Amino acid sequence: MTAATRIWAFHLAALSLLAAGAAFLPAYHLTNVAKVMVLATYAMGYNIAFGYTGLLSLGHALFFGAGLYGAGMLVQHADLTAGPALLAGLLAGGAMAAIAGLLALRTQGVAFMIVTLMFAQAGYLTILYNTAWTRGDEGIVIARDARVLLGYDLSADLPRYFAAFALFAAGLVLKLWLVRSPAGRVMIALRENEERSRMLGYDPYARKLVALVISGLYAGAAGAAYGLLFGYVGASLASTQYSILPLLWVLLGGAGTVLGPFVGALLMFYLIDYSSAFTTASLLVVGVALVLLVLFAPKGILGTLRERWLRWLP
Amino acid sequence: MTSRLIGKTPSRRSVLTGMAAGAGALAVPSFFPGYTHAQSSEPIRLGFQLHRTGIGASYGRWYERTATAALNVLNEAGGINGRPVEILFEDDGTDPARGAEVFGKLATQSNCDLVFGALFSHVVVGTAPRAAELKVPYLVCSEGHHVASGMLNRWTLQPGITDVKSQVQSMAPWVTQNLGKKVTMIFPDYAFGHDHRDFFTAAVAAQGGEVIKHIAIPPTETSFTRYFPQIPSDTEVLYHVMVGPAVLTFVKELGEFYGSGDRPQIFGFIDSLEAVDIASPGLEFLEGTHFWEGHPRYKQADASEHEVFYRAAVGVDDNGASVTDPADIATYAHMFSTWETLFVIKAAMEAAGYQGPADRQKLVEAIEAMTDFAESREHPQGAKTFNGKTHQAFGHQSISQVQGGKLIRVHQTSLEDGYYPDEVDYTTQSF
Repeated sequence: MTAATRIWAFHLAALSLLAAGAAFLPAYHLTNVAKVMVLATYAMGYNIAFGYTGLLSLGHALFFGAGLYGAGMLVQHADLTAGPALLAGLLAGGAMAAIAGLLALRTQGVAFMIVTLMFAQAGYLTILYNTAWTRGDEGIVIARDARVLLGYDLSADLPRYFAAFALFAAGLVLKLWLVRSPAGRVMIALRENEERSRMLGYDPYARKLVALVISGLYAGAAGAAYGLLFGYVGASLASTQYSILPLLWVLLGGAGTVLGPFVGALLMFYLIDYSSAFTTASLLVVGVALVLLVLFAPKGILGTLRERWLRWLP
Repeated sequence: MTSRLIGKTPSRRSVLTGMAAGAGALAVPSFFPGYTHAQSSEPIRLGFQLHRTGIGASYGRWYERTATAALNVLNEAGGINGRPVEILFEDDGTDPARGAEVFGKLATQSNCDLVFGALFSHVVVGTAPRAAELKVPYLVCSEGHHVASGMLNRWTLQPGITDVKSQVQSMAPWVTQNLGKKVTMIFPDYAFGHDHRDFFTAAVAAQGGEVIKHIAIPPTETSFTRYFPQIPSDTEVLYHVMVGPAVLTFVKELGEFYGSGDRPQIFGFIDSLEAVDIASPGLEFLEGTHFWEGHPRYKQADASEHEVFYRAAVGVDDNGASVTDPADIATYAHMFSTWETLFVIKAAMEAAGYQGPADRQKLVEAIEAMTDFAESREHPQGAKTFNGKTHQAFGHQSISQVQGGKLIRVHQTSLEDGYYPDEVDYTTQSF
């Protein structure tokens, strides 16, 4: 078996397992895993910027929120249907990433983190202040009539699960292709040594901007899907918390791994879900898990597996 | 965190109080007129979406206590349709995304017959779509206008507390006639504050008054000194509705701004000071000012027997604090909604002949058919009307003045003061 065959077989097997989940997951977990797949799509986009290109952004909630509100407000105020709204959300995320990137990528390191954080905070406050359009912190409900895609009712458990799966699968396959392509190799080169990449003739600014826009497209698509699949568009989903969460999911699952964001998002979701049944300090449990991770598996779950046993894992 | 609460209450004293209250209830034949014997003895399981952690935790603590006290009273008197009742509390972190997840968990994993109890608007709005998807009744205790505005769905109802539009509108006549007609409003610059801005401005104009200045405070603000010079000097009434941890700073700095000199009349919503002791250092400036209260925190001289019963059953002293800890101030203006909602559930289930989840639609229709709730032990806050079309309750509001460090009611609005034209008819929507 060639390396490429093994890689594709592994990821397609993971997707098959997820698709099969529709047959055996009970209703509660079906909705949960659908949500995790949408959030993992967001985290995959984050991973393209952070895990593969080395851009530690604290402002991705802006791109996720752009997708969420880009789709949600067009449905609410312009009676757009789900398909065009999804596309609008995807483009809104990409466009917002392009605008933020044009300015923020003039900085590096900690300055980049702060500038992206400020962009996201500006976006969050814009949502909060303009209640006439956004209903601010309260948020808006997407009418069930508008949550229909290709004839399927996205508010029903199975269509929602498969819509989330389709989004996640498309994101995964595209990401797998991207990171193994020459462009993906350049992203990794930028992460490892920007100056050397520049010396080899690559324009770091342009390459990083492209990576950030791709990341923004993922975030936008995930945001739009979140609104349409779960029927709610609210400011809390564009708050700083949603800039930090994809970072944590990626770190937990393994930065620079294709499946890591899904593993991280899934584990953190159920860590909170199960620990909250026993304690009000569920976030402390998450914190302890992250500390243990940093101590014993600093490259995340799949990153550690790759380092020790599965060196072929992309 | 899920916990079953039959026989489990926050303290020994409140257990004893609740038992005494329950025994008292049994001694009153008319207390549960709809009591019937059911064919099943399976417990009815009610989910409670609880703000146990997050920004709503101070409310959540008291919502849990109040619902538990109501549950004890209800079970002592025979439960619902002769069946015992359980409440499963689940923490939503006061977060809309988690709120929807918790709703699904209570409805599909814990097999609750319905879910109730949420207060914060963003949690309610974030959860309501899930209620409609699962076709599970969702009875909110939120006071947001989102239910009556038509924003939500047929499965979401608010029978236990009035909404902010009604509250604000019913305040305006008394404020303009007794405090002044030129009003300056200070409010947080997000949806909660914007609702007050929009509804109160319109209500004051309808009374021949005028809001002469809106001062919106950004949610990230921690000091307010620089906003006070914006208050016009001809302001007769200063209307404030700040919430959150910075509210003590807000009041303290407002006191420093005016000092001992002349100041306008001050009217606020008690939301600013729920779970906060009026006698806290720095709040002396509030002496003589007025507040809206959904339910008077301090036991009033004319308190009804129902109010006395409720206060004792929940474990609240005459000053609005826990009977076991005088420093633990109740969220008294709002928490009655969980008590009253539980008894609306009881009445509706008995009217619908509720047997199990297959009767959920009948249950919603039974609530929609309700029109009046008489002042009683089930409704200790006062009489209410219920609009089945808009899924919203309407009730009396209290205006209280801080006198000698206590809130004393100086006016109670009529039911009619809070009415406004219907904005939706949920009964025309399909299930």
